[in-house]
Amino acid sequence: MMGLFCALVARDLRLALRHGADTLGAVLFFILTGTLFPLALGPSPDLLRHMAPGIIWVCALLAALLPLDRLFGAELEDGSLDQLLLLGLPPSLVALAKITAHWLTTGVPLLLAAVPLAIMLGLPTSTLPILLAGLLLGSMVLSLIGGMGASIVLGARRGGVLLPLLVLPLITPALIFGAAAIDAARTGLPWAPDLELLGAFLAAAIPLCPLAAGAGLRAAVE
Amino acid sequence: MAESLSVFRGDRLVLDDVSLTLERGGALLLTGPNGAGKSTLLRVLAGLRRPDGGALLWDGEPITHDRTAHAARVAYLGHQDALKPSLTVRENLALFARAGGGDMDAALKAVDLLHLSTLPARLLSAGQKRRTALARVLLAQAPLWLLDEPSLGLDAAAVELLGQAIATHRAQGGLVVATTHVPLPLGEVSHLALPGMPDQSRGWWGADETDLRGDAA
Repeated sequence: MMGLFCALVARDLRLALRHGADTLGAVLFFILTGTLFPLALGPSPDLLRHMAPGIIWVCALLAALLPLDRLFGAELEDGSLDQLLLLGLPPSLVALAKITAHWLTTGVPLLLAAVPLAIMLGLPTSTLPILLAGLLLGSMVLSLIGGMGASIVLGARRGGVLLPLLVLPLITPALIFGAAAIDAARTGLPWAPDLELLGAFLAAAIPLCPLAAGAGLRAAVE
Repeated sequence: MAESLSVFRGDRLVLDDVSLTLERGGALLLTGPNGAGKSTLLRVLAGLRRPDGGALLWDGEPITHDRTAHAARVAYLGHQDALKPSLTVRENLALFARAGGGDMDAALKAVDLLHLSTLPARLLSAGQKRRTALARVLLAQAPLWLLDEPSLGLDAAAVELLGQAIATHRAQGGLVVATTHVPLPLGEVSHLALPGMPDQSRGWWGADETDLRGDAA
């Protein structure tokens, strides 16, 4: 079963590789929206440094949402979803495999792109490890909750519009703790509690979101 | 195997009290007009869709008890070929070869696709795509084949290959349920004719058309 799970993830990675433009799109969107803020807010280094955690987190959140409606949508349209559900894997594991692939193709590149963006916004280099640790946990939470949302709106008309409305409110705790951890590190306050809360959020999402997503996939093919 | 199944689509009853039984090595051909519920019945048999009434039994065990276990017993060919255009034939099938444990080369050979196996699926013709989807059915190594118009887009030679594959499968004790509008080389086969819409006057489009007329007036 584990081998089949990995084979499904590998298939999705191969698909992402073949459609490189789609995969790069999210990262470019992240960097571009991040660069818009200095242009809009003015070049004051103090202001940008102050706002950097929030900017990076909000941009990462929105960028990770971009590929979500194709995550299961493409599979439903060409009939692949039927075949995936008949693989003999529980639907929740099918969903988890797709979510893992989403994290590897969107979350990890965003994590890497966050470093130059943070430096550009003038975030002190000492806070970079906290930023990355927070984004590492946060991007996983995002993929899980996003995957759950994507499977729930699957088959709905205008699902792409519905998806952010469903996912963004659910993801706010991760945003709050993630941005707060960087702020705490920047001002010399203890940052560990924020990251621990983020980790707790992830620990709850790992078992629950695939279950809900699996039920969503079942309902979508009915 | 299936007892008095009923299925609704929206508020329309597509399958009303359908019963069927299939023994080892048996084949069943579903016929009926468009919209009679042939594809719906196949999806119910595959466990993709829950019947709204009735029960589906496999060796006396209701399949709803463990739908994942039932999924492993089923090879389903839908009316979509479910291929990713950017992956090659082999890459498209690799996941399913792994799941079913079938031999890739043998399956490709059975549908005469060995020479095209490294081509991306987007370059295949409709018939070649259908043959790739048939290769996936072979790879699943599942006892129950559910084929939704398997001969769609196939040429005469490929239909013959399909007939051979089905004969081999049945000789090994496999079951086949197929829908079709054209004759299929199935050998000895039982028939189940679905009667079509239970209520013709208020059918698929009926309700919408009435609504539209209401708006216009």
